[in-house]
Amino acid sequence: MSKIVKYLKSLTLKEIRQGMFLTQKYFFKRKFTVRYPEEKTPKSPRFRGLHALRRYPNGEERCIACKLCEAVCPAAAITIDSEEREDGTRRTTRYEIDLFKCIYCGFCEESCPVDSIVETDIHEYHMETSNKKVITKEQLLAIGDMYEEQIADAREQDKKYR
Amino acid sequence: MMETLIYLAWTMAKILAIVLSVILVVAYLTYFERKVIGFMHSRIGPNRVGFLGFKLRGIGQPFADVLKLLTKEIIFPQKAHKFLFVIAPMITLATAFAAWAVIPFSEGLVLADINAGLIYVLAMTSLGVYGVIIAGWASNSKYALLGALRSAAQIISYEIAMGFALVGVLVAAGTLNLTGIVEGQQGGIFNWYFIPLFPLFIVYYISGVAETNRLPFDVAEGESEIVAGFHVEYSGAAFALFFLGEYANMILISALATIMFLGGWYSPIWGDSWLAQPSILWFIGKTAIFLYIYFWLRATLPRYRYDQIMRLGWKVFIPITIVWIMVAAVLKVYQIGPWF
Repeated sequence: MSKIVKYLKSLTLKEIRQGMFLTQKYFFKRKFTVRYPEEKTPKSPRFRGLHALRRYPNGEERCIACKLCEAVCPAAAITIDSEEREDGTRRTTRYEIDLFKCIYCGFCEESCPVDSIVETDIHEYHMETSNKKVITKEQLLAIGDMYEEQIADAREQDKKYR
Repeated sequence: MMETLIYLAWTMAKILAIVLSVILVVAYLTYFERKVIGFMHSRIGPNRVGFLGFKLRGIGQPFADVLKLLTKEIIFPQKAHKFLFVIAPMITLATAFAAWAVIPFSEGLVLADINAGLIYVLAMTSLGVYGVIIAGWASNSKYALLGALRSAAQIISYEIAMGFALVGVLVAAGTLNLTGIVEGQQGGIFNWYFIPLFPLFIVYYISGVAETNRLPFDVAEGESEIVAGFHVEYSGAAFALFFLGEYANMILISALATIMFLGGWYSPIWGDSWLAQPSILWFIGKTAIFLYIYFWLRATLPRYRYDQIMRLGWKVFIPITIVWIMVAAVLKVYQIGPWF
């Protein structure tokens, strides 16, 4: 008996009809597409994107060339040279990040004792030639200056979980 | 002499009109397909390409695709048989277009009103398989050959079921002329052949889907198994020809289903009101329904396994059609129902 029922079901295309009704239902449902450049999905304050070097409010750069980020970097993407400045503090003369090597793990930011190197939530950037993949200290500081508000805000939001 | 020339020019103009409209419909069919499948996936489908800076929900997408394909390089595999490699897509396309010669779009709107129209259509659609086989063989690639073999076996199997399904229509209509078949269905929706021949109608449509190598019967392409089947090695304009041929065949199958089972250009209601007038719009609308079902099936069903396809064709469809041809014959002989 059950065999006959099974034959009848397959002859009347029961399961195919069920499936087709389901897809037809979805045809009229709300669409989830995000029309990207016009619409964007929300980003977490912990988002790890392009790097930046921050400054203190008085304009002094934070980085003290302790090289902890260079040491912790699993991809060896960071290169730092440093020397003593006239006022006797130690500062970097070179701070470069190879963006092709970087895996955006955020260890540099975690290891930094003075919150200098950070990863901003900028992810829409590009290089026009491959030799632009290494970003220099000046560029990093410029990014930091430009987005300081955004960076500070994201750090503030995430503060209590750190 | 002058008359012959005018006749020739007039015929050429008609051919051009049919071919151009088929190509245009194919172009927008690809857009329609992507939209329908996108909607069924909860996406919105192509919505970027428009005209003159207006996006218009991606209405320019087909033209962008065509331009892209035409500007791309045609790559010849080193060990391919050059001549056959070039001729194969042309065979596919030519046969797909040739079959349109006998399709009646509306009353008297037909290029060649020949008596054996149905046989001609069947012959042309069967010839299309040569394009596939030759393409697969000439590419000199294992996947292309496998795809061609699968496709050949599949098309031959389903040709039989399809032919039998159409025999039912012949029994009902008593003519091979496509215009005659449509005229046999005058008198509103209850006189259309899909009611007495319902199993044949379903078998015909499913065979048609299999015939055109569309999902869920697309083992010939099977991008997850044999990358793209018989046309792996094709690129650029040559690939575009295959594409065009495939979609032209889909429209052909849909148009034939309309003619055979849904009363062609006749309105579903019968009488004197303006809605009951026979018109080419009815024909287009009915064809569009079948095309929609093509995409609906594609969005719903996964690909059949090869042995399942063969089982369905030989062990299910052929017995069903044979039984129903007998039923149709009995109905016809004893004049049961309003259909015959």
